[in-house]
Amino acid sequence: MSGMTHVNADLVGRVFSGTPPYVVSAVKIAEFADAVGARSPLHHDPDTARASGHADVIAPVTFAVVVAQRAEAEYVDSPEAGIDFSRVVHANESFTAHRPIVAGDRLHTAVHVDSVTERAGIAMVTTRCEISDDTGAPVSTVTSTLAVRGADA
Amino acid sequence: MSALRAGVAVGTELFSVTRSVDRAALVRYAGAGGDFNPIHWNEAFAREVGLPGVIAHGMLTMGIAGSVLSDWLDDPTDVLAYGVRFTRPVPVPYPGEAVLAVVGTVGAVDADAGTVRVDLRVSVDGTTVLGKAQAQVRLR
Repeated sequence: MSGMTHVNADLVGRVFSGTPPYVVSAVKIAEFADAVGARSPLHHDPDTARASGHADVIAPVTFAVVVAQRAEAEYVDSPEAGIDFSRVVHANESFTAHRPIVAGDRLHTAVHVDSVTERAGIAMVTTRCEISDDTGAPVSTVTSTLAVRGADA
Repeated sequence: MSALRAGVAVGTELFSVTRSVDRAALVRYAGAGGDFNPIHWNEAFAREVGLPGVIAHGMLTMGIAGSVLSDWLDDPTDVLAYGVRFTRPVPVPYPGEAVLAVVGTVGAVDADAGTVRVDLRVSVDGTTVLGKAQAQVRLR
């Protein structure tokens, strides 16, 4: 038999947007690109990036996770969410780019709790981070599903 | 360096490469990605929670495979969307390394939308570690 988790399904539909804006730096983009082996000069060389029509270096395809996970913490770490992080594994992740993330961007994230479903002692928690810039224009959508095991699962 | 152009056939293999991941790569990703979960650097902790040992961040595996695709393209911004399921952990030994094999294949072409679905097969020692790893890529 599997124990229930304590994940609070009442939070489905809630939006968390209290995380301060994330200011993207060229140094962080280069650091992240090195960590995932992204070698395109568009991540590393501002002159090449500008010659390709960008204001500065652009971020690798999965960089938005850095922005998203900081914001998701407001929900995941909140006591009312009922998520025991020591029992969490990452199940799914997806990114949709509305435009490239560019060094200098100041990004705002709204974390939408899209679904909480529990079966056989495992809760699947899906969040959707809508990341936008200072003008309010959409930049990235990051959808993440966490699997939370119950006490005996 | 390449781009996906009209007429590309479903089933075409675009690239097949390997990337090595060692413990130093995990520490580097922990810092760069901001994920300091000890299962990605502390052997004793990882075993305590039932893992075979230290495992790679799922987001590192996903990021490496995405970078293989975006570096294969002339323009990394041709990757419009990218998603995966984390189906199997990737243990990273010390000393030593895990070798990720990344193969990209054309899964579907939507000429009207101007996009190609690229299917990524990511495996370690012949075992697939990411499920449904797919990217939507701009058709040039």
